Amino acid sequence: MVTFTIDRQEVQGEEGQTILEVAQAAGVEIPTLCYHKLLSPYGACRLCVVEVVAGGRPGLQTSCTYPIEEGLEVLTRSPAVVEARRVVLGLMLSRTPNVEAIQDLAREYGITEPPFPTDTPEERCILCGQCVRTCDELVQAHVLNFSERGIERRVGPPFLEKTRLCIGCGACAIMCPTGAIETVLEQDAVYREKPLGPTSAIWVPSLQAVPRVPVIDTDACIRFRQNDRSEGEIADACGACQTLCEAGAVDFTQQDEIIELDVGAIIVATGFEMWDPAKLSQYSYGKSPNIVTGLEFERLSNAGGITGGDILLDNGKKPERVAVIHCVGSRDHNAHEYCSRICCMYSLKQAHLVKDKTGADVYEFYMDMRAFGKGYEEFYERIQEEGVMMVRGRGAEVEVLPDGKLRVKGEDANLGRVVQVDVDMVVLSTAIEAPHDVEQVGAMFGLGRSPDGWFAESHPKLRPVETNTDGVFLAGCAQGPKDVPDTVAHAGAAASMALALLDKGEVTISPATAVVNEELCSACKTCISLCPYTAISFLEDKNVANINEALCKGCGTCVAACPAGAITGRHFTTEQIMAQIEGLFRLPVETRVEEVEA
Amino acid sequence: MSGNGKDFEPRIVGFLCNWCTYAAADTAGVSRMAQPPNVDVIRVMCTGRVDPVFILKAFAEGADGVIVSGCHPPNDCHYQEGNFKTFRRMPLLEALLQQYGIEKERFHWGWISGAEAPQWAQLVREFTEQVRELGPLDWKRQVESKE
Repeated sequence: MVTFTIDRQEVQGEEGQTILEVAQAAGVEIPTLCYHKLLSPYGACRLCVVEVVAGGRPGLQTSCTYPIEEGLEVLTRSPAVVEARRVVLGLMLSRTPNVEAIQDLAREYGITEPPFPTDTPEERCILCGQCVRTCDELVQAHVLNFSERGIERRVGPPFLEKTRLCIGCGACAIMCPTGAIETVLEQDAVYREKPLGPTSAIWVPSLQAVPRVPVIDTDACIRFRQNDRSEGEIADACGACQTLCEAGAVDFTQQDEIIELDVGAIIVATGFEMWDPAKLSQYSYGKSPNIVTGLEFERLSNAGGITGGDILLDNGKKPERVAVIHCVGSRDHNAHEYCSRICCMYSLKQAHLVKDKTGADVYEFYMDMRAFGKGYEEFYERIQEEGVMMVRGRGAEVEVLPDGKLRVKGEDANLGRVVQVDVDMVVLSTAIEAPHDVEQVGAMFGLGRSPDGWFAESHPKLRPVETNTDGVFLAGCAQGPKDVPDTVAHAGAAASMALALLDKGEVTISPATAVVNEELCSACKTCISLCPYTAISFLEDKNVANINEALCKGCGTCVAACPAGAITGRHFTTEQIMAQIEGLFRLPVETRVEEVEA
Repeated sequence: MSGNGKDFEPRIVGFLCNWCTYAAADTAGVSRMAQPPNVDVIRVMCTGRVDPVFILKAFAEGADGVIVSGCHPPNDCHYQEGNFKTFRRMPLLEALLQQYGIEKERFHWGWISGAEAPQWAQLVREFTEQVRELGPLDWKRQVESKE
């Protein structure tokens, strides 16, 4: 431990730390532009100067490069320090008069106008070298460096020419304190494809995710990209997240792994996917960036999203008129016949958000308002009172006009007329549908599906959680569209069903199993290969087949196949079925009909 | 019971699996879908349980037509692959029936899932008319007269 004073206050730091680091930890503010925790100190901007009055080398020193010593006395706001910073800021402001960060700092030190001639009003770079050190130390692409000398000094790639060494990570632009670097992505189409996607390579899948931990997109992460590009030579690039994580939770060696578990019950909660509105061309989805789906709108209005929660058009302006079209892909014979259940309410909520955040006129094109839940009807009334225009009728078509406006056409069934409105933004309340791999998941668990594609429950009214496979339960949208309260209730039911099964410790099986008559069995082994449950084994000592009743599900395939008639399917014996057939023909049809009617 | 003209009422036996077509037939009934009363249903747990002898027995007892219907291949079967067993057995039986002089239009085998009640009602309507066109089979008397 090294003890010294900053502004006459006693502070302590570790051997090897700099004055700036200790000051920041102690909450003493020292301005700096070129220092960054992740990079080696450079001492370029000279803003972090402090006055060392005793111990060490007295005089003005850059605190970011000055290692602490026992007994140092440091002043961060002495007249000499303030004057030095003022001179530096004056020079900077004259070089880069239009950089806000510099203007703000200069203003703090009483400079409102550049004190020297400003020959380069468009200059933004202050030559702090953060980008150079970022590219060198973090990204390890070594693309950026200083070129030329004196007043010609500037930052750029080798020979100031476009280079293939740049990996386009954009880290330099993020680190630049003055916004001097603009990334122009030549392959911008890749980024345009998901304009509302994640904004960085590490993110939390959703704010409500459990556990709420971030994931790293290895396709976007600089560390993984550099490792792949260099075929393992640059294995320690960036790692900013690891350095900054105080809990030490970032582990780059983690891999996907397959874990095998023996379980007593399974809850299938595979959820839904959004239906792709581009399948119905009349909605013009994809033809304008201002035609968004409900989920994309959520991203737009999310405070953690790319616009910070501002509802903005593609050009960065607020919309003045917004149309919301309900039932896009739902209740439509050309897409899904079912009602997706969640769209009416989220559409109303989105109308409220648009009103609240932008004050825009909102037009809701709806067929019927399905405000079915507790408090939903009241919310619907509130939205109407807020002045949202409700147009009763399916929004039929969205047309992108030459000036970029969007023309929504539809029928207003209440007026009995075709209406059209020109808006800036269209939100499509798209249907939700069963995930694309629902068939494989269903085959894995032996689950049937209803005609709409969702997993079939055992009984639509009385057994909405169980499936026809013992021990497999459904939760949430896997079984059909549900809003959040319904999903929570359904999932709770599935969980308690599963727990009840586990708690009991034993399962009840149907008595309708097959049994082998050992005296009749001719040991042909036909049945053994037929059983899908491997319930039939062959007893070598007795030379007969044997059925394990705990494994047998009673399908009767072996019964039908046994050439010796040695297997009996309990409750569906051959005698019983034959008797049924005979019974059918004991009386002629007419008589039976009369009997029933009498 | 059986006139020789188009007004005759065919007797049809249906062997339906418990999980798919029986459920569909049940739903068709509960939903009051229009269907002729000519099909008598015998429930089995799986079409894999349907021994071809049952079908011959039904014809021998006086059936004019037989339906075997279960779960759609490949993945609908409650017992994983019972429907495949049916898939293999029924074509053999079909050939045998024709050798016995029973028209192949009198025997239908196929798949109707538990959610396809309208398809069941339609099958009953169409198959009944198909068998009605063919007239009575009266296999029992034919067999007995030859003996």
